[in-house]
Amino acid sequence: MNDTLLEVRNLRTYFHTFKGAVKAVDDISFSVGRGEILALVGESGGGKSVTGFSLIRLIEEPGVIESGEILFEGRDVMKLSEREVDRLRGKEISMIFQDPMTSLNPVYTIGRQIEESLLLHTRLNREERRKACHELLHSVGISNPESRLKAYPHQFSGGMRQRVVIAIALAADPKLIIADEPTTALDVTIQAQILRLMADLVRAKNRSMILVTHDLAVVSEMADRINVMYCGKIVETGATRAVIDKSAHPYTRGLIDSIPDLDRDRQRLKAIRGIVPNMFDLPKGCNFAPRCACATEFCSAHEPELRELGVGHFVACHFPLVVQNGEEVRSHGETA
Amino acid sequence: MAKLLEVTDLEQYFDLNTDFLSKLAFEKGRLVKKERIVKAVNGVGFSVGRSEVFSIVGESGCGKSTVARTVVRLLEPKGGRILYDGKDITSLSRTGMLPFRKKMQMIFQDPYASLNPRQRVADILTEPMLFHGVVRSSAEAKEKALEILNRVGIRPEQASRYPHQFSGGQRQRIGIARALAVGPEFIVADEPVSALDVSIQAQILNLLMDLKEEFSFSYLFIAHDLSVVKHISDNLAVMYLGRMVEKGSKAHIFGNPLHPYTLALFSAIPRISGTTMRTGRNLEGEIPSALDLPPGCCFHTRCPRALPLCREVLPEEKEIEPGHFLSCHLY
Repeated sequence: MNDTLLEVRNLRTYFHTFKGAVKAVDDISFSVGRGEILALVGESGGGKSVTGFSLIRLIEEPGVIESGEILFEGRDVMKLSEREVDRLRGKEISMIFQDPMTSLNPVYTIGRQIEESLLLHTRLNREERRKACHELLHSVGISNPESRLKAYPHQFSGGMRQRVVIAIALAADPKLIIADEPTTALDVTIQAQILRLMADLVRAKNRSMILVTHDLAVVSEMADRINVMYCGKIVETGATRAVIDKSAHPYTRGLIDSIPDLDRDRQRLKAIRGIVPNMFDLPKGCNFAPRCACATEFCSAHEPELRELGVGHFVACHFPLVVQNGEEVRSHGETA
Repeated sequence: MAKLLEVTDLEQYFDLNTDFLSKLAFEKGRLVKKERIVKAVNGVGFSVGRSEVFSIVGESGCGKSTVARTVVRLLEPKGGRILYDGKDITSLSRTGMLPFRKKMQMIFQDPYASLNPRQRVADILTEPMLFHGVVRSSAEAKEKALEILNRVGIRPEQASRYPHQFSGGQRQRIGIARALAVGPEFIVADEPVSALDVSIQAQILNLLMDLKEEFSFSYLFIAHDLSVVKHISDNLAVMYLGRMVEKGSKAHIFGNPLHPYTLALFSAIPRISGTTMRTGRNLEGEIPSALDLPPGCCFHTRCPRALPLCREVLPEEKEIEPGHFLSCHLY
């Protein structure tokens, strides 16, 4: 096992609105090892982005991190002062946001925006910073950095802008990169370029990454481990192939089955029925029970705990699916 | 069997400088007239048979949505011919188009922007019915609207609500119901599922296919996602920079893809089985601007197998095998 870089214990992030509290992240624990790519997957409203933001305390009113420990290299981020967290952001943990249109400042040149990060987090002099900017742009695959550094974001295409955002995120050589849907706004060929680039950069330097996405196919290509989130909770977690090939939670299975995949040819997709429940009014018991094809009365009364199925493979389901000889079988064990 | 829709040499341009003054620019101290024209669609031809699903795939900016909008005459075609059921609708007047508008309906990509926020769902459906005269009274329209809403999975008591009270997937169902309201035979769906969550996407795709079985519609389906297209199409075309580079049946394109761009698209798609995308060949560079199209084959700037010929001569469309068309010098 590789050593742990980040450990999150019992994280709860709630949003207190006039209509009541929304438990966007509700008691989740996970860890990220050095050199590891961990994916947070789920549908919109699952709490995966809020989890990402919570890690560097980028939660604004009415959101509050209610409780939990975020241990980054042994230090609890929750106990740090605002100034100390500032020193962490960008330098130790950096973030890549979904929309490259809005995460760059339109009135500053690309060069200035990359330099800012170097200015804040390194002790390079002006000449060294300029050289570092060149190298950064080069490393993210932007040719002739000289003229590109003087350009403004609007002069770049979506894919190029996302490369710039990645360059900024990498500028201070952070230990952990949180990428929130980094390729959702991009075309497939550009998405492939960016994902390959990110994987190469992370692997080459033995850095860690938390990849937040709704796309299970992207996850299967990229991640080492997966956390599947539903309604603010982790419902299944484990090594990528274990979660994808032997998914035990009906929600994970449903997500995989509802994706049209090139390798499979089916006339009808197996959709998950219904929609994500209203976060103000979560169902009793298992959150997924109303949409689950095999839920029983027991499921709607008792909330399942995460329990271990295989090595490092946990699932929060009373009746996890079991794959036997390629066929899915419903386990009939330990009901109550 | 006669084709329902036949499009030949369709062209669509957008002039970015619409007034005369903005065409003028200073260059080397002299005033010159400069045209800035986006060549969105350059000579596209295809046909859609009855109860057939024809898909157009490509990346953003390739002109696929423009083709869809031009075919239903939401945009005036700048060249080419559009035959619907054997009749030329290319230059019909507004009133001349009316009977065709009833037969051709459109489903839009963004379920948030394509529904009027001030109209109740029931009114969104009854308005086109009354306008096209498919019903005799508003009471009948109301009844029919509820029936259609029920078919797409919206409960009758929800019909008096406004669009903002629905989720994205439900709104897309309303958009589909609106298209069904006037009893069309041809539906143009412009990226109907790309704004939705995966589990909802599957529900909507299943609904579209069920409706097709039930009413034997023909679809022109626009998508950027090859795996979605594989799931629903009979025939498809791959577009790049305003041209169809490869065209054929589902078996042709997915079983025997030939154009370098089609191959690149395939290798870029992430798969559940993993590893294909990360190990596959990268397609370098980005799509050139449609303001300034490269000479010769439009794909030569990114093509890993480009020949000197490709930079100069535009490849003709060739029929490689019966029904499988390709525009590439390599074959």
